Amino acid sequence: MSRIAKRFEKLKAENRAALVTFITAGDPDRATSQALLDGMPAAGADIIELGMPFTDPMADGPVIELAAGRALKAGGSLRQTLEMVAAFRKTDAETPVILMGYYNPVYAWGPEKFAADAARAGVDGLIIVDLPPEEADELVPHLRAAGIDFIVLTTPTSDDSRLPVVLANASGFVYYVSIAGITGTASAAQSAVDEAVARIRRHTGLPVCVGFGIKTPAQAAEIARIADGAVVGSAIVSVLAANIGKPGAVSAPLALVKDLAEGVRGARK
Amino acid sequence: MQSLNTYRAGPDERGHFGIFGGRYVAETLMPLILQVEQAYGAAKADPAFQAEFRSLLAQYVGRPNPLYFARRLTEAFGGAKVFLKREDLNHTGAHKINNCIGQILLARRMGKQRIIAETGAGQHGVATATVCALFGMQCVIYMGATDIERQMPNVYRMKLLGAEVKPVTAGAATLKDAMNDALRDWVSNVADTYYLIGTVAGPHPYPAMVRDFQSVIGDEVRGQIMAQEGRLPDSLVACIGGGSNAMGLFHPFLDDKSVRIIGVEAAGHGLDKLHAASLTGGKPGVLHGNRTYLLQDADGQIAEAHSISAGLDYPGIGPEHSWLHEAGRVEYVSVTDDEAVAAFQQCTRLEGIIPALESSHAIAHAAKIAPKLPKDHLMVVNLSGRGDKDVSTIAKALGDEHLGGLV
Repeated sequence: MSRIAKRFEKLKAENRAALVTFITAGDPDRATSQALLDGMPAAGADIIELGMPFTDPMADGPVIELAAGRALKAGGSLRQTLEMVAAFRKTDAETPVILMGYYNPVYAWGPEKFAADAARAGVDGLIIVDLPPEEADELVPHLRAAGIDFIVLTTPTSDDSRLPVVLANASGFVYYVSIAGITGTASAAQSAVDEAVARIRRHTGLPVCVGFGIKTPAQAAEIARIADGAVVGSAIVSVLAANIGKPGAVSAPLALVKDLAEGVRGARK
Repeated sequence: MQSLNTYRAGPDERGHFGIFGGRYVAETLMPLILQVEQAYGAAKADPAFQAEFRSLLAQYVGRPNPLYFARRLTEAFGGAKVFLKREDLNHTGAHKINNCIGQILLARRMGKQRIIAETGAGQHGVATATVCALFGMQCVIYMGATDIERQMPNVYRMKLLGAEVKPVTAGAATLKDAMNDALRDWVSNVADTYYLIGTVAGPHPYPAMVRDFQSVIGDEVRGQIMAQEGRLPDSLVACIGGGSNAMGLFHPFLDDKSVRIIGVEAAGHGLDKLHAASLTGGKPGVLHGNRTYLLQDADGQIAEAHSISAGLDYPGIGPEHSWLHEAGRVEYVSVTDDEAVAAFQQCTRLEGIIPALESSHAIAHAAKIAPKLPKDHLMVVNLSGRGDKDVSTIAKALGDEHLGGLV
């Protein structure tokens, strides 16, 4: 059983949702980013998304765009991202790590070789923002062969006719992008999220995690009541950005993760 | 590579030209992209749509524009007979308006009220703002801060036309960055917004659709050269950023094997320095919705392009050009900033026509090859736009003394 499946099984037994946290690999530098990554499980992250830095993050808002820019400026790359995962795996064998980013660096690496190299580093899943099902055939079979889950994104624009097309490739879990927009901006109305999650569940038995616009422990708790996971990215990266070069660069973002985890863990009590 | 029976059949039903093209966009946009494809398919087959498009090109844009025999440039080059296709004489001063007319009619058909666009040199921004004024639609233009500075006259024009111009400061603050922000806007406003892409790039169906709307250029040239010279041209030359003016000129001639076709990319400071020649200096990758040749590093990070011409300052190229490059049907060459500036001056002084810096790249290449060609060789150069917008850039490039201290 994959790390992702095991993790959701464990959470189901605990009757709670996952806290899924996002940071950009190498932001603001390799050492800080590695310390943050390594500290995530103890702070309460159940699943970690690691952003693969890219020069042109078209689906991201300014917070993640700036994070990618900092990472690249400090020497960040896809190679370094995989090295960070491999180093993390020396400290943690159970927490799923999902890489998230854009297709071009993966394409430049070579889809087949990338799948094998990522699996070897200890990567469990991959989210490629700009690879819709219409173009995914050249990557997904290689991921499957390597045992890496292809995590699909569904959005408010994915209607009942579109959902089966998107979900055909899905494994691991389904990521519901709760707003039609970019990361770190608006938040969705809870009623709209409830309805969308229920609709996705009619099409798949996979766990459903919800992201985009979740900033506070209270918001994470709201999501955790109905979904299998709450994804928080820009809020954590913002705290990191505000503490770069200060003593709190690692501890302040982890403190937010701890608060978010408490929110998620208390949600169904 | 073996030659094909036709080079005009692409793309396939999934929007691919060989391995190029496609639809690499966020899932949020996919249903809308599929709707655009469907709506364009219906419009293309609708005689009423085509009639309205043709009528606006004639009555509003001022088509057909001349295929002008450039006698003095021909004499100066001393070889091939050079004709200029006068897209600069279109309303708004460039070929961009052809595509904007087509797409605004499509947006209206789709019931969209708000139009967004990216612009580099500002010609596409001006053309978009113009058709939005004409049809009473809200218009938002994304433009890099660097380009705003070097194309100020066009920024004022857009504002006068009622558009909101949003400066983009990320990256090198040029066309690529403007396109990123336009895509961010679109993903955030899918319900009411239509993205009016200005070149033969982006997700399918844009490369094919923009090509179709721009093909009026090549279709006219075919009729005009037959009327003036009684035969097809021997060569076609056009500049390429994304490549819409070139594709518009080239596409109707792709299956005429006797016609040599040449696309001119921007070599900026030189191919060993900063430039924007994606085919010469790049490799296949995925950006802005399509797979195409891109300037990038080994990690797949997109490189900053450079060209003195804002309209060519882009690290990619339309996917059909990438395919034609690999198929060997079109030759792709490049011209430096300095060569383009020299051609700009030559055309201005000899013909009394101030060409856009973009189009000056095509003229510069004509200047290189025309002298070696026979006098009965018919060469058509696409004068894709006028150069009024570039006078301050030229003044800066030539220095104060050159203009007698007028700057």
